[in-house]
Amino acid sequence: MKEIPEMAIESLDRAGETAAVASPNGQSPSDQQSVARYAGAPGSPLATAPTSVATGAMEVQALNVYYSAFRAVRDVSLPITPQSVTALIGPSGCGKSTFLRTLNRMHEVIPGARVEGTVTLDGVDVYDPRIDPVQLRRVIGMVFQRPNPFPTMSIYDNVVAGLRLTGRHSKASLDGVVERSLQRAALWNEVKDKLRQSGVSLSGGQQQRLCIARALAVDPEVILMDEPCSALDPVATLKIEELISDLRDRYTIVIVTHNMQQASRVSDQTAFFTMGDDRAGYLVEMGPTKEMFTSPKDQLTEDYVSGRFG
Amino acid sequence: MTTLRQSGRLTSGSRSRWLNADRLFRGGSGAFAFGIIVLLAGIGTLLFISSIPTWRTFGLAFITGTVWNPVTSVYGALPFIIGTLETSLIALVLAAPIGLLTAIFLAELAPRRVAVPVSFLIELLAAIPSVVIGLWGVFVLSPFLRGTVEAWISSTIGRYVGFLAGPSFGVGIFAAGVILAIMILPTIVSISREVITAVPNNQREAMLALGATRWETVRKAVIPFARSGIIGAIILGLGRALGETMAVTMVIGNNTRVPTRLFDQGQTISSQIATTFNEAGVGLQTSALITLGFILLIMTISLNIVARLLVRRVAGDGVGQATGG
Repeated sequence: MKEIPEMAIESLDRAGETAAVASPNGQSPSDQQSVARYAGAPGSPLATAPTSVATGAMEVQALNVYYSAFRAVRDVSLPITPQSVTALIGPSGCGKSTFLRTLNRMHEVIPGARVEGTVTLDGVDVYDPRIDPVQLRRVIGMVFQRPNPFPTMSIYDNVVAGLRLTGRHSKASLDGVVERSLQRAALWNEVKDKLRQSGVSLSGGQQQRLCIARALAVDPEVILMDEPCSALDPVATLKIEELISDLRDRYTIVIVTHNMQQASRVSDQTAFFTMGDDRAGYLVEMGPTKEMFTSPKDQLTEDYVSGRFG
Repeated sequence: MTTLRQSGRLTSGSRSRWLNADRLFRGGSGAFAFGIIVLLAGIGTLLFISSIPTWRTFGLAFITGTVWNPVTSVYGALPFIIGTLETSLIALVLAAPIGLLTAIFLAELAPRRVAVPVSFLIELLAAIPSVVIGLWGVFVLSPFLRGTVEAWISSTIGRYVGFLAGPSFGVGIFAAGVILAIMILPTIVSISREVITAVPNNQREAMLALGATRWETVRKAVIPFARSGIIGAIILGLGRALGETMAVTMVIGNNTRVPTRLFDQGQTISSQIATTFNEAGVGLQTSALITLGFILLIMTISLNIVARLLVRRVAGDGVGQATGG
């Protein structure tokens, strides 16, 4: 997979234009490439399958998630609009984090976890047996609740940790990816003079932006964020929120948050989850964020967003 | 109505301030802690005092002396120092990679119902008395090594490399190294397994989310995070190998010449002390044996100091802060 670094840099450069010209039915030039990227080998049938727009659109159909016998998420169907921010809100234990992890198959790390239903990315079923979850996670990146930079690596090495998994790269191309990723994560100016220092020498908010830069460096289409600000102070939180607004032009972002103000500030769509009597989480309703917070259709949503429970 | 002062609820009342439990507790536990330091210093001092006659007779040449002859009263420690270092090194080279891979398997890959009993069995290995392992070494391992590994190495590479040439006896430096490897394996496995298990899950998730395989996650996220603990585990194993006596004495061949080849018979410091202190008369031979013990003590103490410095330096890059909010 020697091509990835070049592609990564290229598309970091190109992403701006692509996003600007992408219409709902327009064919982006990187179409075939991007499907091939998570379909495993180039000869895979999925590499040549006809696809819709390769912009990071996801579609979830009748998804159930189980931990062994326990059903954690019940029958969720929702669309994820490309190049926009989708917020998942709801009370603790409503399965929104679990749901998020099924989008890039991170739940498979937990023994006994399994799903029913379909999740597609640009028309490709991510649970197709021919899809390699390891490749999938390079296309659907993830940022976690607590900043988790690699403590034994420098800032520089943290950013390129993902690229280094795919073989050798020239120093120049790595340098380029580091600068672009850090700039995109709004961290470049703060760390450009200390790229060789340890990643954990940064403040919590900077660490989280470093983790975002690290996710951006492998050139994902979708970025999943699991309560990315819950361990940060209000100032750092605000910076991350500004960053999310900047990133939405280029990436599809799905963010789980406990903080309803945050959802209303950063997201374009909001999905409200809650827990049923069987303790399984389910989707109550989803809609444009403004409507969800001003005129929700469901009484449960109304009660939650107005602070009556949760 | 009584005031708070009058009620006496804030004073200790009947309990004496000078003989309360806290004082007793601190004094008692402090005395025991101090006692251990005194004991250590006492052992060191005693060893040194008893070794003075040897230093007077041979000077520092005792360390480089290659002859150990009670008949002519000439004593040198080099054969045993070399035997100790060589057997411990063999043990380390064999046990460190095997132990680390076993620990990775148990901590990262094996399902719980496999990992728990296997870990228990490996720890049981440490519970086998040294003399029993020695017996097994004499009757099973040595003949096996002589007929297979040693015969093969000495008839292939050994033709060209003098150090690996025959003859092989089964008992000797190599067999002692293998026995030591088996004996330090439980230490390395159980401590490495614990430090690997203690690596926070968010480190694994971070690597997996970048598109890493299980193996890459272990190699690039888990092992670097746990490395100071793993080094500690290996050094603890090495410490045990340096001092182990009984099993080594039984399989090393008890030869006081300087070993020049891997399959030579030899003697470590501890095995030399164990095999000869019984017939040593009071005088220079006893003093020479005690001096050997003193040298071994210095070796293990310096190993511990080096290990601590190493662990501190490796851990110095901020491991452990990553989990802080």
